[in-house]
Amino acid sequence: MLKPPKRPENRTAVVELEGVRKVFDGETVALDGVSLTVYEGEFFSLLGPSGCGKTTLLRILGGFEVPDAGHVRIAGQDMKNVPPFRRPVNTVFQNYALFPHMTVFDNIAFGLRMRRLPAETVRKKVAWAIELVQIQGLERRRPHELSGGQKQRVALARALVNEPKVLLLDEPLGALDLKLRKQLQIELMRLQMELKITFVYVTHDQEEALVMSDRIAVMRSGRLEQVGLPEELYERPKTAFVARFLGRSNLIEARATAPDRVETPHGPLRVRGGLVPGRRYLLSIRPEKVRLARTPWNRPNAVIARVHDIVYTGAENQYILEAPGGELVAYTLNADISEPGYEEYDYGEKVYVYLPPENLVVIDEPIGNEPGTATL
Amino acid sequence: MNRSATSPARRLFELLLTVGPGALWLVVFMLVPALLMLEASFLQRGPYGRLVGPYTVANYLRFFGFTPEGYDPLYLAILWRSAVFAVGVTVITLLLGYPLAFAIATSRRKEALLLLVVLPFWTNFLIRIYAWIVIFQRHGVVNALLGAFGLEPLHLYPSWFAVYVATVYTYLPFLVLPVYTAVERIDWTLLEAAQDLGAGRIRGFLHAVLPQTLPGIVAGVLLVFIPALGTFVISDLLGAGRVVLIGNVIQQQFGVVRDWAFGSAAAYVLMALVLLGLWGYARVAGEEGLDRLV
Repeated sequence: MLKPPKRPENRTAVVELEGVRKVFDGETVALDGVSLTVYEGEFFSLLGPSGCGKTTLLRILGGFEVPDAGHVRIAGQDMKNVPPFRRPVNTVFQNYALFPHMTVFDNIAFGLRMRRLPAETVRKKVAWAIELVQIQGLERRRPHELSGGQKQRVALARALVNEPKVLLLDEPLGALDLKLRKQLQIELMRLQMELKITFVYVTHDQEEALVMSDRIAVMRSGRLEQVGLPEELYERPKTAFVARFLGRSNLIEARATAPDRVETPHGPLRVRGGLVPGRRYLLSIRPEKVRLARTPWNRPNAVIARVHDIVYTGAENQYILEAPGGELVAYTLNADISEPGYEEYDYGEKVYVYLPPENLVVIDEPIGNEPGTATL
Repeated sequence: MNRSATSPARRLFELLLTVGPGALWLVVFMLVPALLMLEASFLQRGPYGRLVGPYTVANYLRFFGFTPEGYDPLYLAILWRSAVFAVGVTVITLLLGYPLAFAIATSRRKEALLLLVVLPFWTNFLIRIYAWIVIFQRHGVVNALLGAFGLEPLHLYPSWFAVYVATVYTYLPFLVLPVYTAVERIDWTLLEAAQDLGAGRIRGFLHAVLPQTLPGIVAGVLLVFIPALGTFVISDLLGAGRVVLIGNVIQQQFGVVRDWAFGSAAAYVLMALVLLGLWGYARVAGEEGLDRLV
């Protein structure tokens, strides 16, 4: 495992946001009262669809936008009226924003020269940063002579060489192809662990966020939807939006009939308990946690369905099922076919779908606004 | 379709069709006259201003001050004066035009403001220059205003001052337009990057904004400097014969004096100076700037 899961307890807060609000042109609410704490040494991701406010939040941290209300503290210092060039943060911009008329060396040296460090110190520090991001030999090149991945490394070195308290990254891998992305994801994680610099990382790619982050804040329409460890967000989404945005989810409207029983469009189901009878909830179950069988098992929460469509993705078979309450999606691993119990199902086949109670996440949000929700 | 798949004949035809008309125009109306002038510069003025042989370098020698009566660098002095004038005009135009172009390009009403910049072109150039006489003359607009405040009238026309003002006025749009285009294309995230890395307002501008407008500056400076160096109408009208620039000298040789041979030689020296200046400028401004310009 590349990094052990970190718990935020007993850590020093390095970024503190309190009720931060930002309205553009007097009408577009970009941030609607965001409060958030990022701890020292954390790899913290802001995740959400475009327009959710994640980039605005990052720009507020960088000092490029001024919040209309609320407080921003970085390293314990209030950032009100502190311009970008006096903040203990550096930014890796979305499209690199390298200075086109400067060489790689001069680009990386820029921040150090702005601090008027002696030439020898500049040379040493730049050499260190160049080695850090492994772009030795490119010092004399200009940005237009670099590949996308190389530009990204230069942008990273240019920011890291200043040893910021917090590094702000705005979708830094967004313009790269998948293979390079994966490679740079690992490198970014390695760098972050080595340097122990706090990263605030903006992305709309949920997989990227899950892989890289210590903690993730899922944003939607200028608000924080849920903040937590990657596995918390994935396994115990608090809202239908989070359940849908991170991976795929079957969402089912439910009404509690007992603390551990609900009535749903798919029929009565058992859940883990703690529900208020009569109250409406939303159930979420991940497709890979849905079990399929050809013949009935002696297990709770069986739903009889028919295979409507099969999507073959290589590693898994994705079954789109027609169930009484609507569509259900189940993923089965494309495993060893000699394994006992390994089954493949055909179009139109009748299957027993099991929704194990321990895998049914209860969301205290009665109406499924999301498309594809099985409604009561 | 792949380009290499086309036949050579077809490619030649395409080349002629695209480059041909323009090239023909330049050959007939620029290269041929220029060569005729080059020949003329080595001939002599005959009776009634006709060009006669034999070939000589006397015109060039005369321009550089070697006259039969001894050394007299009259024309070199005028050339030097003209160069100083052209540099002065260019610097003033740049100082006025650069901020103006910036203000227009970053304004919300940039279309309207840009229209104001090109509006003078709708009026004849000579009329606009005569208008400056009306403004600057003894009983002109400026002095009338001064008189209204009980101030002494100023001697503004004819003067170097008037020539400077009118020349800067005339060529200002030629600097504003290319700089405006460059400013419009500025990638402002570079300024944010510079600020992020510790640059304040001034250093952020110098390192992240100014370099991006350099192609516009290069283009604008050339468009002002070259015509300013050869100007003769403005100096003639607003200098009223007291301001003599190299452009006036050349124009007089082809007009009043009818010494086409000497006029051609002077024109060639001026052209050489411009080309030399261009070459030096390209070295200073960087090839990139000129590359983008051409």
